[in-house]
Amino acid sequence: MGRHDVYQAIFYFAVLFGAAPFLGRYIAGVFSDNKPVQFLEPVETFLYKCTGIDHKSEMHWTRYLVAVLLLNLWGLIAVFALQIFQGHLPFNPQHLKGVEPLLAFNTAASFVTNTNWQAYSGESTLSYLVQMLGLTVQNFLSAATAMGVMLALARGIVRRNSGALGNFWSDIVKTTLYILLPLSLVFALVLVGQGVVQTFAPYHTVHTLAETDQVIPLGPAASQIAIKQLGTNGGGFFGVNSAHPFENPTPLSNFLEMLAILLIPAAQVFAFGKLINNKKHGVALFGVMALVLLVGFGVAWYSEVSTAHHIGVGQLMEGKEQRIGVMNSVLWETVTTAASNGSVNCMHDSMSPITILVGMFNIMLGEVIFGGVGCGVYGMILFVLLTVFLVGLMVGRTPEYLGKKLEAREIRWMMAGLLIPNLSILIGAAIALTIPSAAASILNPGPHGLSEVAYAFSSAAGNNGSALAGLNVNTPFYNVTLAIVMLLCRFGVLIPVLAIAGSLARKNAVAESDGTFHADGMMFGAILLFSILIVGALTFVPMLLLGPVSEHFLMLSGRLF
Amino acid sequence: MNKTEKSSGVIRGAIAGAFVKLSPREQIKNPVMFVVFAGAIIVSGCAAIDHSIFSFVIAVWLWFTVLFANFAEAMAEGRGKAHASTLRNARTQITAHKILFEGGTSTVDVNADHLELGDIVSCTAGDIIPSDGEVIEGIATVDESAITGESAPVIRESGGDRSAVTGGTRVISDRILVRITAERGNTFLDRMISLIENAKRQKTPNEIALGIVLVTMTLLFLVVVFTLPAFGRYSEIASNAPGSTHMTLTILISLLVCLIPTTIGGLLSAIGIGGISRLLKKNVLALSGRAVEAAGDIDILLLDKTGTITLGNRMAVAFIVAPGISEQELAEVAQASSIADETPEGRSIVILAKEKFGIRGQDGAPAHAKFIPFSANTRMSGLDYCDSDGKAIQSIRKGAVEAIRTHIEKQNGIMSVVVQNAADNIARSGGTPILVSRDNIVLGIVHLKDVVKGGIRERFARLRKMGIRTVMITGDNPLTAAAIAAEAGVDDFVAEATPESKLAKIKEEKALGHMVAMIGDGTNDAPALAQADVGVAMHTGTQAAREAGNMVDLDSNPTKLIDIVEIGKQILMTRGSLTTFSFANDVAKYFAILPAMFGTVYAVNGHKGPLASLDIMRLHSPESAIVSAVIFNAIIIVALIPLALRGVTYRPGGAMSVLRRNILVYGIGGIVAPFIGIKLIDILMTLVGLNF
Repeated sequence: MGRHDVYQAIFYFAVLFGAAPFLGRYIAGVFSDNKPVQFLEPVETFLYKCTGIDHKSEMHWTRYLVAVLLLNLWGLIAVFALQIFQGHLPFNPQHLKGVEPLLAFNTAASFVTNTNWQAYSGESTLSYLVQMLGLTVQNFLSAATAMGVMLALARGIVRRNSGALGNFWSDIVKTTLYILLPLSLVFALVLVGQGVVQTFAPYHTVHTLAETDQVIPLGPAASQIAIKQLGTNGGGFFGVNSAHPFENPTPLSNFLEMLAILLIPAAQVFAFGKLINNKKHGVALFGVMALVLLVGFGVAWYSEVSTAHHIGVGQLMEGKEQRIGVMNSVLWETVTTAASNGSVNCMHDSMSPITILVGMFNIMLGEVIFGGVGCGVYGMILFVLLTVFLVGLMVGRTPEYLGKKLEAREIRWMMAGLLIPNLSILIGAAIALTIPSAAASILNPGPHGLSEVAYAFSSAAGNNGSALAGLNVNTPFYNVTLAIVMLLCRFGVLIPVLAIAGSLARKNAVAESDGTFHADGMMFGAILLFSILIVGALTFVPMLLLGPVSEHFLMLSGRLF
Repeated sequence: MNKTEKSSGVIRGAIAGAFVKLSPREQIKNPVMFVVFAGAIIVSGCAAIDHSIFSFVIAVWLWFTVLFANFAEAMAEGRGKAHASTLRNARTQITAHKILFEGGTSTVDVNADHLELGDIVSCTAGDIIPSDGEVIEGIATVDESAITGESAPVIRESGGDRSAVTGGTRVISDRILVRITAERGNTFLDRMISLIENAKRQKTPNEIALGIVLVTMTLLFLVVVFTLPAFGRYSEIASNAPGSTHMTLTILISLLVCLIPTTIGGLLSAIGIGGISRLLKKNVLALSGRAVEAAGDIDILLLDKTGTITLGNRMAVAFIVAPGISEQELAEVAQASSIADETPEGRSIVILAKEKFGIRGQDGAPAHAKFIPFSANTRMSGLDYCDSDGKAIQSIRKGAVEAIRTHIEKQNGIMSVVVQNAADNIARSGGTPILVSRDNIVLGIVHLKDVVKGGIRERFARLRKMGIRTVMITGDNPLTAAAIAAEAGVDDFVAEATPESKLAKIKEEKALGHMVAMIGDGTNDAPALAQADVGVAMHTGTQAAREAGNMVDLDSNPTKLIDIVEIGKQILMTRGSLTTFSFANDVAKYFAILPAMFGTVYAVNGHKGPLASLDIMRLHSPESAIVSAVIFNAIIIVALIPLALRGVTYRPGGAMSVLRRNILVYGIGGIVAPFIGIKLIDILMTLVGLNF
């Protein structure tokens, strides 16, 4: 834990937390009347004209949902078809054959749901066309979809006696055009400057000093990596993701990619606060998220360092890149699991048990520690609703959230949204460990093996996409179950949130009085934190005890897995 | 029956009720407790098969858990039932004297149950009023203690705001004619009885919402517990030590029952019923549980001025003399002018004179004096002293400023500027100046004032502390209204109000998102009472008002709203606090049970497994750890029954202070308490030699 590591960590969080409010204000501005970027407006108008979108027509929650589902269904079909038929399509210099259907389904579900779980290795499986037209496009659309749902929720909170939640098509056009595209464009150029590849040329074969031939994969990587980080997607162009020197070549690119992972998720909390006319609420949410992130990072880093000390090695370097080092690997691990990003710059499998636990718990909390673009906020709001429900009762008033009364209807959807991911993880992992053929995928025995399975289902359920690895997941069982979990948990949260938004929008707001509980400040933050942790803990403690916690104690007594 | 006898009777009844409620049809109504019920059956089966003492003990305590929850509910219902049966006694076999023809006097005796809407009955002293109705003729004193529990009789008279009578009450004096206004089976008494008996059946919106949370959390824990064998079994295989975990069905069900929110699940209906019966104790009859809950949300209270804020009549409070006149002289004359005046204002002048100067007036007009009653024409009243011929020698008058001025100016008298100014000042302060004159001289002014009820200011301050804004509604002019508003300490007022403007005010506040309570008694309040979120009708009020409101205050005390709001809030607070407590408890239960289940996984060479270190309570044995947790889980229900029935203490103050306290007690306390409780039970069991 050198001095420079500490400086770097502090610098990282300072830049992230410093930039978030500004970008947040910009994002909020995009969705208010006076847009900050005037010169792009003709493009927006042109797009509406071409597509025939009536961007001013307001959508009721069910219509908004149908639009979301349609877009995602077409995305699913398109990505699936592109993979199946890639052998017959252009931009395939390596002449890769069509992807096996179950894997193609898994990958399509994965990219549509912003999970970007990869049961394949990009360089040996997918053509440039699939990477660009399929995956990169979905990287934009899945992020924009969730952003749209977050906006609909914000409108539901603010609007009174109305059922309208905005226009989904307009929301995704704006998100893409004003936020994702410009940031990605600049970021891709910077990455290219750092040495990330961007080419249509076929793979190089070089003759190495060791007198062997080595194939060097290439491709249009920079453009995809930019949005992979910014859109909390995380699916790498190459199999080893950002541990690959062509994805993440330099310390600067490493820093910028880590920043990009959390930039929009952190900023959108401020944007949300502004959009609901309650900045203090936004600040409170940000505070809770930041606290969990910082504590998690602290614990993970401490564990990584003290474990090395305990084992008697200088640093735990297995599975980590020399040029990146321990601190930046742990920081990336914490950041990528907190945001539902899932890109990696090291192999999580080789980290200390408690470091793994931190990452896994970040995901299990439902990806609300900043979380994914859009979904980080709306997932968090489900916990907020649970919190204000209990708090409302405890102060002796019908529970309300920012002036809107919470009744059976909202509570029913809220519990559905909270429970679906949790149940999916538990049931999925239990099935996988019970079916012998599925359990056979585990490469490491003992508690670590349990962690591998638990991590896989958590990652799918949280739409994170990172893997603990050590588990052979390109099997029919995992391809199908994980794809189902990804879809179930994406839409099992998204649909309840839209339903709640629609229901809130119809209500009149309750006037404030002395008896009103304000959803901001330390007290609110503390109770929210408690609710998040207790729901997560009560659900997953048994599983975590038999996984990483057991492994940790066993490691202390000298047994490794 | 004395109090202890009564309560021990209730407890006996509740114990019996606890067993009666063991029927599956009753159990299925409460999904959380149904899981415990099903668990108890399964574990009983396990005990029968494996003959282990451990399973037997767990089964017994699971049954206790179910019984304790049943007992809590039966206990709460029992109190209400006792009340309902008293009420039912009041109704049995009443004979009504039905008037055969309207306007006639001949009556026929019919059973009260056969009365139709619109029938007219005659009630004389000693009769029990057969059904709800409106007095259409006469005045009588009525004993309403059967309904209100208040032994002092009340006056009921035709016309005005005190015309409603309630079936089951007894006429003590005089005779009244009553037109029946309630249909058969829908009288006030009927509604009261059914309300008490069915308190459990009607679920309030917040109860439904909380129910959803509890059921879904129960579902989550079901999955948590029943996926656990998969993880445990994997760990056994991975550690090459089959059987190193303790995951029998009995243990899994024990864990499940400990995790699901049985504390709140078992007490939920008791909390609601307890709240309704507390309201009844305060003599408030809530016609729906929904209204009680809504009361906790009230942030605006509209009150009709007359009879609620003020005593209802203007009273003399001061004598202000004209130059050259002594106050005593003014008082004497004023008293003389009012001696025969039967209006409340007139009487208050007599009383004031007596209080200030000890002037004792004679009863009625003195000899040789002629009382001049108030007439709308002259707007004066007074007294003429006459000589033996009956000719007036001195005339005393009191009346409104303009009336007296005209009166004396006719007799060439002059109104002094000092008096005029003083009168203007009184009017400006919201009072009413009454001028007193003798012949053509103005002696001074009697200051009449609306008298605000004693202690009401403090009660409004308490409402304000609870976050409720009070708005007074009055037909007075804005000047008078403002003065009374300031004196009573209300936050706002609506002057020159009409029934329409009352309704408009309520609609306006509701549109702004306020929750409005309205207190009224008159027929003209009825639309507003119906429109308000919480309409509290005074029991003394008209039938129309009582029908329109969703609560009736049997004491007719307007500041009763404080109690209603407190009870409404308490019900919610108790539910919320016990829910928090329930989930907070789970932390300690995990610490007790998980090490017991998995303490030996990955153990080598006879050492303990890695998870044994989580046994921070250092419980005697795995079995005793599980039994202790189950026992704690069961007895906490019984321990909290009094709290559920009494409600969490509410202290007025901002949301934050209330929350801080409840989080501290039920959140933090909920985490800590079971650690101590489980450890204590474990120690006790070891002490008495219950080792498994």
